[in-house]
Amino acid sequence: MNEALRRRLRRAKAFDKAFGVMGLLLTAAAIVCLGALLWDLAKDGLAIIDLSFLSSFPSRNAGKAGILSAWVGSLLVLFVTACSAVPLGVAAGVYLEEYAPKNKLTTLIEINIANLAGVPSIVYGLLALGVFVYRLGLGPSVQTAGLTLALLILPMVIITTREAIRAIPQSIREAAYAVGATKWQVTRDHVVPYSMGGIITGVIIGLSRAFGETAPLITVGALTFIAFLPPAPVTPAAPFVNFDWLRSPFTVLPIQMFNWVSRPQAAFHLNAAAAGLVLMGLALSMNAVGIAVRYRHRKRIRW
Amino acid sequence: MTATKTAVPAPPAKAEIRALDFFYGTKQALKSVSMSVPDRKVTALIGPSGCGKTTLLRCFNRMHDLYPGNRYQGSIVLQPHGIDILAKDVDPIEIRMRINMVFQKPNPFPKSIFENVVYGLRVRGISNRSELEGKAEKALRDAALWDEVKDRLHGNAYDLSGGQQQRLCLGRALATDPEMLLFDEPTSALDPIATSRIEELVKELKSRVTILIVTHNMQQAARISDITGFMYMGELIETGPTEKIFTTPDDRRTQDYVTGRFG
Repeated sequence: MNEALRRRLRRAKAFDKAFGVMGLLLTAAAIVCLGALLWDLAKDGLAIIDLSFLSSFPSRNAGKAGILSAWVGSLLVLFVTACSAVPLGVAAGVYLEEYAPKNKLTTLIEINIANLAGVPSIVYGLLALGVFVYRLGLGPSVQTAGLTLALLILPMVIITTREAIRAIPQSIREAAYAVGATKWQVTRDHVVPYSMGGIITGVIIGLSRAFGETAPLITVGALTFIAFLPPAPVTPAAPFVNFDWLRSPFTVLPIQMFNWVSRPQAAFHLNAAAAGLVLMGLALSMNAVGIAVRYRHRKRIRW
Repeated sequence: MTATKTAVPAPPAKAEIRALDFFYGTKQALKSVSMSVPDRKVTALIGPSGCGKTTLLRCFNRMHDLYPGNRYQGSIVLQPHGIDILAKDVDPIEIRMRINMVFQKPNPFPKSIFENVVYGLRVRGISNRSELEGKAEKALRDAALWDEVKDRLHGNAYDLSGGQQQRLCLGRALATDPEMLLFDEPTSALDPIATSRIEELVKELKSRVTILIVTHNMQQAARISDITGFMYMGELIETGPTEKIFTTPDDRRTQDYVTGRFG
């Protein structure tokens, strides 16, 4: 090897190393920021989180105030969101990948879905205010909130479903068709099960985004002070289920947090930090579940 | 069933290809192919890459129907009953229930070995456990895989070696008792030992099922087939008893190909 080539190689290697170090630093910066944020929240809020904080309604007295109605509201809204966005989104994704002919109309639909994923959430709030609250008369309720967030995450669910489906090798579909399977059998027995890991990951990421949304819910009329719970979905007497909670007014964790932050008293700011900590904890554990599901699924399915 | 390789009277045909043209969009991939596939014999298709042999094979189970823009002209008449496989009113699924396929690369489902073998049966609505188990065992024995997997039928198919996976795919194709089996270069991803096991199986199976095999490997065609067709640029140049194609072909191009002058 001549000297010039050797020098070139040395330079290329030095660049390699420099790029690696830079990448490490940037990654570290992101993690440090997240850590600092958590630490800041924990410093103020950790001392406040106890059973009574989780099981008390908001109050004018900062020391007695809790997040019961907020976290129950968040979970109910999220439940409605999941129940509506997941079946719709997965079905739409499966249809677009497996069934839809590739023509101008489906291309137009695809482009629109990609664009919808980028629409600011407040716009969904306005849409929901017009359609769900007024036109359909659903009012500022748990169901309106759930459906609004469902609209918001629907494009995300559709897109991740399609990507998961696209990762299935065509040879697997051909194998199933070759023994005489119909399109529906191929979809039910192969396409959906094999893409489940990706679909669930997408759903959980979508839901954890919905979990933190504030703006569209304020738009549709979430309350900021609510001192009662929606009616329980399960009742002790027949028919054992009760859907009245769907029509109940609600609040959610981020709105409760926002409400406390905007108070002048410092004690409420500490409550906000504590609520933020709970919100972060729940969102991060949802993401952890998503990662765990994907990991398990990847281990089970190889080609 | 004897497997003599004589040129004399034409054996009864399982399928008759008549003036078949095939188009991928506007690109013509098969040009007026006519050929008879004899019943319960091994028919091999040879020819250089891109000559249309796989395209022709995939006409038999209407695999081309899965993709838009593909078009057939002509017919493939399947005996008994003389149904035209390519007719518009013939359901491709019905054809695929009668004619199964083993692909170039082993493509088991990421499920258990058992679920792989019985998938064709499940598709046909069979869910009786003991019936599935009996047919799975028979298919795996026919595919010479039973002894290697009988203790781990519920293990993942992807834990098998490449050769075992390909025999599993063969078992999956055999489980539904097809009348005809299509092999698309089934050994091109396998080592020589796994290849010879597949070749043995093909020879054993021909007493029960008509076999059409596409191969890149001329020695393979010579070893296992009774009839060979040579294809070149979308045309079927010549077809005849394997021995004749490899020793005294009529066409100059066949001669050049089998003697290794091109391809």
